[in-house]
Amino acid sequence: MRWMWIDQIVELVPGKRMVAIKNVSLAEEYLHDHFAADGKLEALPVYPASLMIEGMAQTAGILVGAARDFKEKVILAKIMRAVIDGDVFPGQTIRYEASIDHLDTAGAATTGVVSRTEAASGQWEVIAHIDLLFSHADQTMTGVEVPEHNFVFGENLKIILQSAGLAGAITADH
Amino acid sequence: MPDSAVLTQDEILEKTREVLMEALVLDADEVTPEASLTTDLQAESIDFLDIVFRLEKTFSTEDKPFKIEPGELFPDNLLENPEWVQEGKLTDAGMAMLKERMPHVDFTEFDQDRNVEKVAANITVSSLVTFIDRKLSA
Repeated sequence: MRWMWIDQIVELVPGKRMVAIKNVSLAEEYLHDHFAADGKLEALPVYPASLMIEGMAQTAGILVGAARDFKEKVILAKIMRAVIDGDVFPGQTIRYEASIDHLDTAGAATTGVVSRTEAASGQWEVIAHIDLLFSHADQTMTGVEVPEHNFVFGENLKIILQSAGLAGAITADH
Repeated sequence: MPDSAVLTQDEILEKTREVLMEALVLDADEVTPEASLTTDLQAESIDFLDIVFRLEKTFSTEDKPFKIEPGELFPDNLLENPEWVQEGKLTDAGMAMLKERMPHVDFTEFDQDRNVEKVAANITVSSLVTFIDRKLSA
């Protein structure tokens, strides 16, 4: 997870549920290309749905990792469902709530609800449902070479966990 | 939901078909009992994890959790054991192991060829139903 698409973990109930938020800002350059003015149409900066899926994958991935003390290499295996009914614009905040539906040695299935809000109203509005399947790489990728070190839970993630008061969660050998 | 112990084969088939339709995004008419999960329904290895999770959820009851252990539905590490596989073909010991560990699968035809790459292709929708039925009545 070198590419972090969540800003802060606001709640973690180990093995059950995690909530994270992402503030969307026009300072982020990709929003100027998604979508840029093209001569006929004005610029329309809107948060890419693919990054919403990534944000949920990171939220749910940390939740699944934490359930096994970050000892497993948690890999996103499959998007089981992604239904996105609303857009997110600069200035708004995205809230990812992931819950573990199923967890065993092979991997985990999670369900996720995405909401958005803006400072003016303070109201949260559900805009998407994203359910994911994760695999514990060492347990399921037979015949595939998986690096020895835990490349999933690296430095960027530590910073986020520290800000959420969870830095001790990752063991020293990672 | 009725007690899983009283599910008939037809009921198990129907639930299994629903699981496969959702996990592999298929239409009802594609999921026939004879369909091979890999060659006909295009299931990849990661789909098996998805299918296992969904089957566990579907067939678990409050009294009796339905748990499929790793390697129970499909033996892993097959290729790495020279006792079972030599030059890409199952040995006699390998065939015996498969038949013992996968009694839900019909290996009659496969026994002629024994190509290790084709083991998974023998798992049909019917094999899954047999597997589930045996587990539920165990």
